[in-house]
Amino acid sequence: MTHAAQPEKLIEKLAADLENFLEQRHIKNPIMVGIETGGVWVAEQLHKRLELQEPLATLDISFYRDDFSRIGMNPQVKPSKLPPQVEDRHIVLVDDVLQTGRTIRAAMNEIFDYGRPASISLACLVERSGRELPIQADVVGQDLELHNNEQIKLNGPEPLSWVIKRVE
Amino acid sequence: MVNKATRPADPFIGQDLWNIQLQNGQLKHFLTIEGLGSDMLTQILDTAESFAGVNESVKKVPLLRGKTIVNLFFEASTRTRTTFELAAKRLSADVLNINISTSATSKGESLLDTLHNLQAMQCDMFIVRHADSGTAHFIANHVAPHISVLNAGDGRHSHPTQAMLDMFTIRRNKGADFGGLRVAIVGDILHSRVARSQIHALNTLNTGDVRVVAPRTLLPKGIEQMGVSVYHDLQEGIKDADVVIMLRLQKERMSGALLPSEQEYFQLYGLTEETFAAAKDDAIVMHPGPINRGVEIASSIADGPHSVILDQVTYGIAVRMAVMSMTLGHNGKREAQA
Repeated sequence: MTHAAQPEKLIEKLAADLENFLEQRHIKNPIMVGIETGGVWVAEQLHKRLELQEPLATLDISFYRDDFSRIGMNPQVKPSKLPPQVEDRHIVLVDDVLQTGRTIRAAMNEIFDYGRPASISLACLVERSGRELPIQADVVGQDLELHNNEQIKLNGPEPLSWVIKRVE
Repeated sequence: MVNKATRPADPFIGQDLWNIQLQNGQLKHFLTIEGLGSDMLTQILDTAESFAGVNESVKKVPLLRGKTIVNLFFEASTRTRTTFELAAKRLSADVLNINISTSATSKGESLLDTLHNLQAMQCDMFIVRHADSGTAHFIANHVAPHISVLNAGDGRHSHPTQAMLDMFTIRRNKGADFGGLRVAIVGDILHSRVARSQIHALNTLNTGDVRVVAPRTLLPKGIEQMGVSVYHDLQEGIKDADVVIMLRLQKERMSGALLPSEQEYFQLYGLTEETFAAAKDDAIVMHPGPINRGVEIASSIADGPHSVILDQVTYGIAVRMAVMSMTLGHNGKREAQA
Protein backbone atom coordinates (compact mmCIF):
# COMPACT_ATOMS: atom_id res chain seq x y z
CA MET A 1 0.00 0.00 0.00
CA THR A 2 1.29 3.44 -0.89
CA HIS A 3 1.17 6.12 1.75
CA ALA A 4 -1.23 9.02 1.37
CA ALA A 5 0.59 12.33 1.77
CA GLN A 6 -0.54 15.02 4.21
CA PRO A 7 -3.76 16.62 2.85
CA GLU A 8 -2.37 20.14 3.37
CA LYS A 9 0.76 19.28 1.33
CA LEU A 10 -1.38 17.80 -1.43
CA ILE A 11 -3.58 20.89 -1.53
CA GLU A 12 -0.47 23.02 -1.99
CA LYS A 13 0.59 20.90 -4.97
CA LEU A 14 -2.96 20.74 -6.33
CA ALA A 15 -3.28 24.53 -6.18
CA ALA A 16 -0.04 25.04 -8.14
CA ASP A 17 -0.99 22.41 -10.74
CA LEU A 18 -4.49 23.78 -11.09
CA GLU A 19 -3.16 27.30 -11.65
CA ASN A 20 -0.91 26.00 -14.46
CA PHE A 21 -3.74 23.97 -15.93
CA LEU A 22 -6.12 26.94 -16.04
CA GLU A 23 -3.42 29.10 -17.60
CA GLN A 24 -2.69 26.53 -20.30
CA ARG A 25 -6.38 26.31 -21.11
CA HIS A 26 -6.78 30.10 -21.04
CA ILE A 27 -9.53 29.79 -18.47
CA LYS A 28 -10.10 33.00 -16.55
CA ASN A 29 -12.45 33.59 -13.65
CA PRO A 30 -13.84 30.05 -13.37
CA ILE A 31 -16.59 28.97 -10.95
CA MET A 32 -15.10 26.59 -8.40
CA VAL A 33 -17.54 23.96 -7.19
CA GLY A 34 -16.78 21.79 -4.15
CA ILE A 35 -18.64 18.51 -3.73
CA GLU A 36 -20.05 17.94 -0.22
CA THR A 37 -18.48 17.23 2.16
CA GLY A 38 -14.77 16.48 1.69
CA GLY A 39 -14.60 18.23 -1.68
CA VAL A 40 -15.87 21.46 -0.13
CA TRP A 41 -13.05 21.44 2.46
CA VAL A 42 -10.47 21.04 -0.30
CA ALA A 43 -12.19 23.60 -2.52
CA GLU A 44 -12.27 26.20 0.27
CA GLN A 45 -8.48 26.10 0.52
CA LEU A 46 -7.92 25.99 -3.26
CA HIS A 47 -10.29 28.92 -3.68
CA LYS A 48 -8.28 30.94 -1.17
CA ARG A 49 -4.92 30.07 -2.71
CA LEU A 50 -6.01 30.83 -6.27
CA GLU A 51 -7.69 34.07 -5.15
CA LEU A 52 -10.75 33.45 -7.32
CA GLN A 53 -13.23 36.32 -7.56
CA GLU A 54 -16.36 34.25 -8.01
CA PRO A 55 -17.61 32.97 -4.59
CA LEU A 56 -17.15 29.27 -3.92
CA ALA A 57 -20.11 27.13 -5.01
CA THR A 58 -21.05 23.84 -3.33
CA LEU A 59 -22.87 20.81 -4.61
CA ASP A 60 -24.64 18.06 -2.68
CA ILE A 61 -25.24 15.30 -5.18
CA SER A 62 -27.56 13.24 -2.93
CA PHE A 63 -30.55 13.88 -5.20
CA TYR A 64 -28.61 12.75 -8.28
CA ARG A 65 -27.02 9.52 -7.05
CA ASP A 66 -27.53 6.37 -9.08
CA ASP A 67 -27.63 4.14 -6.01
CA PHE A 68 -30.57 5.86 -4.29
CA SER A 69 -32.92 2.91 -4.71
CA ARG A 70 -30.30 0.61 -3.15
CA ILE A 71 -29.04 2.67 -0.23
CA GLY A 72 -31.71 5.31 0.28
CA MET A 73 -31.64 8.94 1.25
CA ASN A 74 -28.54 10.54 2.68
CA PRO A 75 -29.65 11.69 6.15
CA GLN A 76 -27.25 14.64 6.10
CA VAL A 77 -28.08 16.12 2.73
CA LYS A 78 -27.15 19.81 2.37
CA PRO A 79 -28.56 22.40 -0.03
CA SER A 80 -26.52 22.93 -3.20
CA LYS A 81 -25.26 26.50 -3.68
CA LEU A 82 -24.60 27.22 -7.34
CA PRO A 83 -24.65 30.69 -8.91
CA PRO A 84 -27.80 31.27 -10.97
CA GLN A 85 -25.78 31.68 -14.17
CA VAL A 86 -23.60 28.69 -15.11
CA GLU A 87 -24.46 29.14 -18.79
CA ASP A 88 -21.21 29.47 -20.81
CA ARG A 89 -19.05 29.62 -17.67
CA HIS A 90 -15.95 27.54 -17.00
CA ILE A 91 -16.41 25.26 -14.02
CA VAL A 92 -13.78 23.58 -11.84
CA LEU A 93 -15.18 20.63 -9.91
CA VAL A 94 -13.30 19.73 -6.75
CA ASP A 95 -13.55 16.46 -4.83
CA ASP A 96 -11.41 14.73 -2.23
CA VAL A 97 -11.24 11.19 -3.66
CA LEU A 98 -11.87 9.96 -7.20
CA GLN A 99 -12.71 6.25 -7.20
CA THR A 100 -15.70 4.93 -9.15
CA GLY A 101 -16.45 8.21 -10.93
CA ARG A 102 -20.12 7.96 -10.07
CA THR A 103 -20.08 11.02 -7.81
CA ILE A 104 -18.59 13.09 -10.64
CA ARG A 105 -21.20 11.83 -13.09
CA ALA A 106 -23.94 12.83 -10.63
CA ALA A 107 -22.32 16.23 -10.10
CA MET A 108 -22.15 16.90 -13.83
CA ASN A 109 -25.79 15.91 -14.25
CA GLU A 110 -26.77 18.36 -11.51
CA ILE A 111 -24.71 21.19 -13.04
CA PHE A 112 -26.38 20.65 -16.42
CA ASP A 113 -29.78 21.08 -14.76
CA TYR A 114 -28.66 24.63 -13.98
CA GLY A 115 -27.45 25.37 -17.49
CA ARG A 116 -24.85 24.57 -20.16
CA PRO A 117 -21.37 25.44 -18.95
CA ALA A 118 -18.56 26.27 -21.41
CA SER A 119 -16.37 23.59 -19.81
CA ILE A 120 -16.02 21.43 -16.71
CA SER A 121 -12.59 20.49 -15.31
CA LEU A 122 -11.98 18.13 -12.43
CA ALA A 123 -9.45 18.51 -9.61
CA CYS A 124 -9.10 15.70 -7.06
CA LEU A 125 -6.88 15.49 -4.02
CA VAL A 126 -6.43 11.75 -4.42
CA GLU A 127 -7.04 9.49 -7.40
CA ARG A 128 -7.26 5.77 -6.73
CA SER A 129 -8.09 2.59 -8.60
CA GLY A 130 -11.65 1.36 -8.97
CA ARG A 131 -13.06 3.39 -11.85
CA GLU A 132 -16.46 2.22 -13.09
CA LEU A 133 -17.06 5.06 -15.55
CA PRO A 134 -14.88 6.71 -18.21
CA ILE A 135 -14.08 9.74 -16.04
CA GLN A 136 -10.60 11.12 -15.22
CA ALA A 137 -9.35 14.07 -13.26
CA ASP A 138 -7.51 16.93 -15.02
CA VAL A 139 -5.46 17.78 -11.94
CA VAL A 140 -4.55 15.29 -9.21
CA GLY A 141 -2.78 15.72 -5.87
CA GLN A 142 -1.64 12.12 -5.57
CA ASP A 143 -2.15 8.80 -7.34
CA LEU A 144 -2.80 6.09 -4.78
CA GLU A 145 -2.65 2.32 -5.26
CA LEU A 146 -5.22 0.80 -2.93
CA HIS A 147 -6.73 -2.65 -2.76
CA ASN A 148 -10.38 -3.03 -3.61
CA ASN A 149 -11.18 -3.74 0.02
CA GLU A 150 -9.46 -0.59 1.28
CA GLN A 151 -11.40 2.64 1.78
CA ILE A 152 -9.91 6.10 2.00
CA LYS A 153 -11.81 8.99 3.50
CA LEU A 154 -10.93 12.60 4.23
CA ASN A 155 -11.68 13.73 7.78
CA GLY A 156 -12.04 17.42 8.55
CA PRO A 157 -12.44 20.28 8.28
CA GLU A 158 -9.86 21.30 10.95
CA PRO A 159 -7.37 19.66 10.62
CA LEU A 160 -7.67 17.60 7.45
CA SER A 161 -6.49 14.00 7.75
CA TRP A 162 -6.81 10.72 5.88
CA VAL A 163 -8.51 7.64 7.29
CA ILE A 164 -7.73 4.38 5.48
CA LYS A 165 -9.55 1.27 6.58
CA ARG A 166 -10.12 -2.25 5.38
CA VAL A 167 -13.68 -3.35 4.67
CA GLU A 168 -14.54 -7.03 4.44
CA MET B 1 -45.56 -10.56 23.94
CA VAL B 2 -42.48 -8.37 23.88
CA ASN B 3 -41.42 -6.83 27.13
CA LYS B 4 -41.33 -3.08 26.63
CA ALA B 5 -38.64 -2.57 29.24
CA THR B 6 -36.12 -4.72 27.35
CA ARG B 7 -36.52 -2.95 24.03
CA PRO B 8 -33.32 -1.21 22.95
CA ALA B 9 -33.26 2.57 23.11
CA ASP B 10 -33.24 4.19 19.68
CA PRO B 11 -33.10 7.95 19.23
CA PHE B 12 -35.24 7.72 16.10
CA ILE B 13 -38.06 5.95 17.86
CA GLY B 14 -40.34 7.51 20.42
CA GLN B 15 -41.44 4.43 22.34
CA ASP B 16 -42.51 1.64 20.09
CA LEU B 17 -39.91 -0.36 18.20
CA TRP B 18 -42.72 -2.22 16.47
CA ASN B 19 -44.03 0.91 14.88
CA ILE B 20 -44.98 -0.13 11.33
CA GLN B 21 -43.82 3.25 10.05
CA LEU B 22 -40.21 2.28 10.66
CA GLN B 23 -38.02 -0.37 9.07
CA ASN B 24 -34.43 -0.76 10.33
CA GLY B 25 -34.84 2.59 12.04
CA GLN B 26 -35.70 4.32 8.75
CA LEU B 27 -38.99 5.76 7.63
CA LYS B 28 -40.96 3.25 5.54
CA HIS B 29 -44.48 4.69 5.80
CA PHE B 30 -45.52 8.10 7.11
CA LEU B 31 -48.85 7.64 8.86
CA THR B 32 -48.69 9.70 12.02
CA ILE B 33 -46.28 11.79 14.10
CA GLU B 34 -46.88 9.52 17.09
CA GLY B 35 -44.05 7.07 17.68
CA LEU B 36 -41.44 9.15 15.87
CA GLY B 37 -38.65 10.76 17.87
CA SER B 38 -37.31 14.30 17.61
CA ASP B 39 -34.28 13.07 15.61
CA MET B 40 -36.53 11.67 12.89
CA LEU B 41 -38.67 14.84 12.75
CA THR B 42 -35.52 16.95 12.57
CA GLN B 43 -34.17 14.76 9.77
CA ILE B 44 -37.39 15.34 7.79
CA LEU B 45 -37.05 19.10 8.33
CA ASP B 46 -33.35 19.10 7.34
CA THR B 47 -34.04 17.11 4.18
CA ALA B 48 -36.90 19.46 3.33
CA GLU B 49 -34.49 22.38 3.70
CA SER B 50 -32.39 20.96 0.84
CA PHE B 51 -35.44 20.41 -1.31
CA ALA B 52 -36.54 24.01 -0.70
CA GLY B 53 -33.32 24.93 -2.53
CA VAL B 54 -34.26 22.62 -5.40
CA ASN B 55 -37.65 24.29 -5.70
CA GLU B 56 -36.03 27.70 -5.93
CA SER B 57 -33.41 26.81 -8.53
CA VAL B 58 -33.52 23.71 -10.74
CA LYS B 59 -37.16 22.81 -10.01
CA LYS B 60 -36.63 19.13 -10.74
CA VAL B 61 -34.25 16.34 -9.65
CA PRO B 62 -34.06 12.76 -10.97
CA LEU B 63 -34.24 11.05 -7.57
CA LEU B 64 -37.47 9.07 -8.01
CA ARG B 65 -37.33 8.50 -11.75
CA GLY B 66 -39.13 5.28 -12.62
CA LYS B 67 -41.22 5.26 -9.44
CA THR B 68 -44.99 5.40 -9.67
CA ILE B 69 -46.92 7.26 -7.02
CA VAL B 70 -50.68 6.96 -6.65
CA ASN B 71 -52.79 9.73 -5.17
CA LEU B 72 -55.72 7.95 -3.56
CA PHE B 73 -58.04 10.65 -2.28
CA PHE B 74 -61.39 9.51 -0.94
CA GLU B 75 -62.07 13.01 0.34
CA ALA B 76 -61.98 16.40 -1.36
CA SER B 77 -58.64 18.23 -1.36
CA THR B 78 -56.98 20.85 -3.50
CA ARG B 79 -53.86 22.02 -1.67
CA THR B 80 -52.72 18.69 -0.29
CA ARG B 81 -53.35 16.68 -3.45
CA THR B 82 -51.75 19.22 -5.78
CA THR B 83 -48.69 19.78 -3.57
CA PHE B 84 -48.21 16.00 -3.28
CA GLU B 85 -48.51 15.75 -7.06
CA LEU B 86 -46.09 18.62 -7.60
CA ALA B 87 -43.65 17.17 -5.06
CA ALA B 88 -43.71 13.80 -6.85
CA LYS B 89 -43.21 15.43 -10.24
CA ARG B 90 -40.29 17.51 -9.00
CA LEU B 91 -38.69 14.23 -7.91
CA SER B 92 -39.28 12.89 -11.45
CA ALA B 93 -41.78 10.24 -10.30
CA ASP B 94 -44.86 9.37 -12.33
CA VAL B 95 -48.13 10.30 -10.64
CA LEU B 96 -51.52 8.68 -10.95
CA ASN B 97 -54.52 10.53 -9.60
CA ILE B 98 -57.35 8.14 -8.91
CA ASN B 99 -60.69 9.85 -8.90
CA ILE B 100 -62.59 7.78 -6.41
CA SER B 101 -66.04 9.12 -7.19
CA THR B 102 -65.81 7.85 -10.79
CA SER B 103 -63.75 4.74 -10.00
CA ALA B 104 -64.77 1.17 -9.38
CA THR B 105 -65.14 1.89 -5.67
CA SER B 106 -68.42 3.56 -6.50
CA LYS B 107 -69.39 0.38 -8.35
CA GLY B 108 -69.02 -1.58 -5.15
CA GLU B 109 -65.40 -2.67 -5.26
CA SER B 110 -63.90 -2.98 -1.79
CA LEU B 111 -60.96 -0.86 -0.68
CA LEU B 112 -58.64 -3.85 -0.56
CA ASP B 113 -59.61 -4.98 -4.06
CA THR B 114 -58.92 -1.48 -5.39
CA LEU B 115 -55.52 -1.61 -3.67
CA HIS B 116 -54.62 -5.02 -5.01
CA ASN B 117 -55.44 -3.89 -8.51
CA LEU B 118 -53.25 -0.80 -8.19
CA GLN B 119 -50.52 -2.95 -6.71
CA ALA B 120 -50.74 -5.24 -9.73
CA MET B 121 -49.92 -2.18 -11.87
CA GLN B 122 -46.47 -1.99 -10.19
CA CYS B 123 -46.99 1.14 -8.11
CA ASP B 124 -44.46 2.15 -5.45
CA MET B 125 -46.35 4.50 -3.18
CA PHE B 126 -49.91 5.23 -2.11
CA ILE B 127 -50.85 8.66 -0.79
CA VAL B 128 -54.13 8.22 1.03
CA ARG B 129 -56.79 10.58 2.28
CA HIS B 130 -59.95 9.16 3.78
CA ALA B 131 -62.76 10.35 6.04
CA ASP B 132 -62.27 7.37 8.36
CA SER B 133 -59.53 7.47 10.98
CA GLY B 134 -57.01 4.67 10.54
CA THR B 135 -57.45 4.10 6.80
CA ALA B 136 -53.82 4.80 5.88
CA HIS B 137 -52.69 2.52 8.70
CA PHE B 138 -55.02 -0.23 7.46
CA ILE B 139 -53.67 0.10 3.93
CA ALA B 140 -50.05 0.07 5.16
CA ASN B 141 -50.80 -3.23 6.88
CA HIS B 142 -52.07 -4.80 3.67
CA VAL B 143 -49.76 -3.60 0.89
CA ALA B 144 -46.89 -5.53 -0.67
CA PRO B 145 -43.57 -5.07 1.16
CA HIS B 146 -42.01 -2.72 -1.40
CA ILE B 147 -44.85 -0.19 -1.22
CA SER B 148 -44.80 2.89 1.02
CA VAL B 149 -47.96 4.54 2.29
CA LEU B 150 -48.26 8.22 3.17
CA ASN B 151 -51.18 9.53 5.16
CA ALA B 152 -52.64 12.68 3.62
CA GLY B 153 -55.31 12.93 6.32
CA ASP B 154 -57.47 10.27 7.95
CA GLY B 155 -60.70 11.28 9.68
CA ARG B 156 -60.00 13.19 12.88
CA HIS B 157 -56.82 11.25 13.54
CA SER B 158 -53.80 12.67 11.81
CA HIS B 159 -52.35 14.67 8.94
CA PRO B 160 -48.62 14.29 9.48
CA THR B 161 -47.22 16.03 6.39
CA GLN B 162 -49.31 19.12 7.20
CA ALA B 163 -47.90 19.12 10.74
CA MET B 164 -44.35 18.80 9.39
CA LEU B 165 -44.77 21.66 6.93
CA ASP B 166 -46.10 23.72 9.83
CA MET B 167 -43.01 22.81 11.88
CA PHE B 168 -40.88 23.76 8.88
CA THR B 169 -42.64 27.14 8.65
CA ILE B 170 -42.13 27.77 12.37
CA ARG B 171 -38.46 26.77 12.16
CA ARG B 172 -37.85 29.04 9.16
CA ASN B 173 -39.38 31.98 11.00
CA LYS B 174 -38.43 31.35 14.62
CA GLY B 175 -35.27 29.24 14.49
CA ALA B 176 -34.54 25.61 15.28
CA ASP B 177 -34.91 25.85 19.05
CA PHE B 178 -38.58 25.35 19.90
CA GLY B 179 -37.90 25.39 23.65
CA GLY B 180 -38.59 29.09 24.10
CA LEU B 181 -41.66 29.25 21.88
CA ARG B 182 -45.28 29.74 22.83
CA VAL B 183 -47.61 28.30 20.18
CA ALA B 184 -51.40 28.75 20.33
CA ILE B 185 -53.72 26.61 18.21
CA VAL B 186 -57.11 28.28 17.91
CA GLY B 187 -60.48 27.00 16.76
CA ASP B 188 -62.13 23.73 15.84
CA ILE B 189 -59.77 21.36 17.63
CA LEU B 190 -62.48 18.69 17.93
CA HIS B 191 -62.67 17.87 14.23
CA SER B 192 -59.07 18.72 13.40
CA ARG B 193 -56.59 15.99 12.48
CA VAL B 194 -54.17 18.83 11.73
CA ALA B 195 -54.31 20.04 15.34
CA ARG B 196 -53.68 16.55 16.72
CA SER B 197 -50.63 16.07 14.49
CA GLN B 198 -49.37 19.57 15.26
CA ILE B 199 -49.63 18.97 19.01
CA HIS B 200 -47.68 15.70 18.73
CA ALA B 201 -45.02 17.32 16.56
CA LEU B 202 -44.67 20.42 18.75
CA ASN B 203 -44.32 18.32 21.89
CA THR B 204 -41.87 15.91 20.24
CA LEU B 205 -39.75 18.93 19.29
CA ASN B 206 -39.93 20.10 22.93
CA THR B 207 -41.89 23.29 22.35
CA GLY B 208 -41.92 25.40 25.51
CA ASP B 209 -45.65 26.17 25.70
CA VAL B 210 -48.35 24.59 23.53
CA ARG B 211 -51.86 26.00 23.97
CA VAL B 212 -55.24 25.23 22.52
CA VAL B 213 -57.92 27.93 22.42
CA ALA B 214 -61.53 26.99 21.67
CA PRO B 215 -65.07 26.91 23.01
CA ARG B 216 -65.81 23.82 25.11
CA THR B 217 -68.00 22.35 22.37
CA LEU B 218 -65.09 22.30 19.91
CA LEU B 219 -62.57 20.60 22.20
CA PRO B 220 -62.22 16.82 22.48
CA LYS B 221 -62.45 15.34 25.98
CA GLY B 222 -59.12 14.82 27.70
CA ILE B 223 -57.17 17.14 25.38
CA GLU B 224 -55.01 18.19 28.36
CA GLN B 225 -53.48 14.72 28.36
CA MET B 226 -51.83 15.50 25.02
CA GLY B 227 -49.61 17.98 26.83
CA VAL B 228 -51.34 21.27 26.10
CA SER B 229 -52.83 24.00 28.24
CA VAL B 230 -56.44 24.81 27.50
CA TYR B 231 -57.94 28.30 27.12
CA HIS B 232 -61.49 29.35 26.33
CA ASP B 233 -60.75 33.04 25.91
CA LEU B 234 -58.98 34.07 22.69
CA GLN B 235 -57.00 37.04 23.97
CA GLU B 236 -55.90 35.24 27.09
CA GLY B 237 -54.96 32.18 25.04
CA ILE B 238 -52.80 33.96 22.47
CA LYS B 239 -51.22 36.38 24.96
CA ASP B 240 -47.48 36.76 24.14
CA ALA B 241 -47.66 33.89 21.66
CA ASP B 242 -44.85 33.56 19.08
CA VAL B 243 -47.03 31.53 16.73
CA VAL B 244 -50.82 31.65 16.31
CA ILE B 245 -52.30 28.78 14.30
CA MET B 246 -55.91 29.31 13.23
CA LEU B 247 -58.06 26.33 12.28
CA ARG B 248 -60.99 26.20 9.92
CA LEU B 249 -64.46 25.55 11.30
CA GLN B 250 -65.18 22.14 9.78
CA LYS B 251 -68.86 22.64 9.19
CA GLU B 252 -69.09 19.57 6.97
CA ARG B 253 -68.14 17.39 9.91
CA MET B 254 -70.46 19.05 12.42
CA SER B 255 -73.66 17.36 13.37
CA GLY B 256 -75.86 18.94 16.00
CA ALA B 257 -75.67 22.37 17.56
CA LEU B 258 -72.03 22.97 18.44
CA LEU B 259 -72.16 26.68 17.69
CA PRO B 260 -74.88 29.33 17.92
CA SER B 261 -73.81 31.03 14.65
CA GLU B 262 -70.78 31.86 12.56
CA GLN B 263 -71.15 35.54 13.42
CA GLU B 264 -71.03 34.83 17.10
CA TYR B 265 -68.05 32.52 16.62
CA PHE B 266 -66.19 35.26 14.77
CA GLN B 267 -66.95 37.74 17.54
CA LEU B 268 -65.53 35.44 20.20
CA TYR B 269 -62.81 33.47 18.38
CA GLY B 270 -62.13 35.26 15.10
CA LEU B 271 -58.61 36.61 14.73
CA THR B 272 -58.77 40.35 14.02
CA GLU B 273 -56.25 43.20 14.31
CA GLU B 274 -57.73 43.92 17.72
CA THR B 275 -57.48 40.42 19.18
CA PHE B 276 -54.14 39.65 17.48
CA ALA B 277 -52.57 42.57 19.40
CA ALA B 278 -52.39 40.28 22.44
CA ALA B 279 -49.73 38.11 20.73
CA LYS B 280 -46.06 39.11 20.53
CA ASP B 281 -45.16 41.96 18.17
CA ASP B 282 -43.26 39.61 15.86
CA ALA B 283 -45.77 36.74 16.07
CA ILE B 284 -46.61 34.81 12.92
CA VAL B 285 -50.11 33.70 11.89
CA MET B 286 -50.58 30.29 10.30
CA HIS B 287 -53.59 28.46 8.86
CA PRO B 288 -53.66 25.04 7.17
CA GLY B 289 -56.29 26.29 4.71
CA PRO B 290 -58.77 26.59 3.24
CA ILE B 291 -59.49 29.77 5.16
CA ASN B 292 -62.97 31.04 5.86
CA ARG B 293 -62.62 34.80 5.82
CA GLY B 294 -64.79 36.46 8.42
CA VAL B 295 -65.44 33.16 10.22
CA GLU B 296 -62.18 32.31 11.96
CA ILE B 297 -59.89 34.99 10.55
CA ALA B 298 -60.27 38.56 9.30
CA SER B 299 -58.94 39.36 5.83
CA SER B 300 -56.68 42.08 7.25
CA ILE B 301 -54.86 39.39 9.27
CA ALA B 302 -54.89 36.65 6.63
CA ASP B 303 -53.38 39.03 4.06
CA GLY B 304 -51.38 41.06 6.57
CA PRO B 305 -47.63 41.25 7.25
CA HIS B 306 -47.69 38.63 10.03
CA SER B 307 -49.39 36.01 7.88
CA VAL B 308 -47.24 33.12 6.57
CA ILE B 309 -50.22 31.20 5.21
CA LEU B 310 -48.99 31.14 1.60
CA ASP B 311 -45.43 30.28 2.71
CA GLN B 312 -46.93 27.19 4.33
CA VAL B 313 -48.24 26.10 0.93
CA THR B 314 -44.82 26.64 -0.70
CA TYR B 315 -42.99 24.77 2.07
CA GLY B 316 -45.51 21.93 1.76
CA ILE B 317 -43.90 20.90 -1.53
CA ALA B 318 -40.39 20.65 -0.04
CA VAL B 319 -41.62 18.78 3.04
CA ARG B 320 -43.55 16.29 0.92
CA MET B 321 -40.53 15.79 -1.34
CA ALA B 322 -38.49 15.00 1.78
CA VAL B 323 -40.97 12.45 3.14
CA MET B 324 -41.40 10.79 -0.28
CA SER B 325 -37.68 10.40 -0.87
CA MET B 326 -37.02 9.21 2.68
CA THR B 327 -39.73 6.54 2.54
CA LEU B 328 -38.97 5.33 -0.99
CA GLY B 329 -35.24 5.10 -0.32
CA HIS B 330 -35.60 2.85 2.70
CA ASN B 331 -34.15 -0.35 1.26
CA GLY B 332 -30.71 -1.63 2.20
CA LYS B 333 -28.13 0.16 4.24
CA ARG B 334 -26.13 3.26 3.59
CA GLU B 335 -22.53 3.03 2.48
CA ALA B 336 -19.86 5.39 1.26
CA GLN B 337 -19.39 6.11 -2.41
CA ALA B 338 -16.34 7.93 -3.71
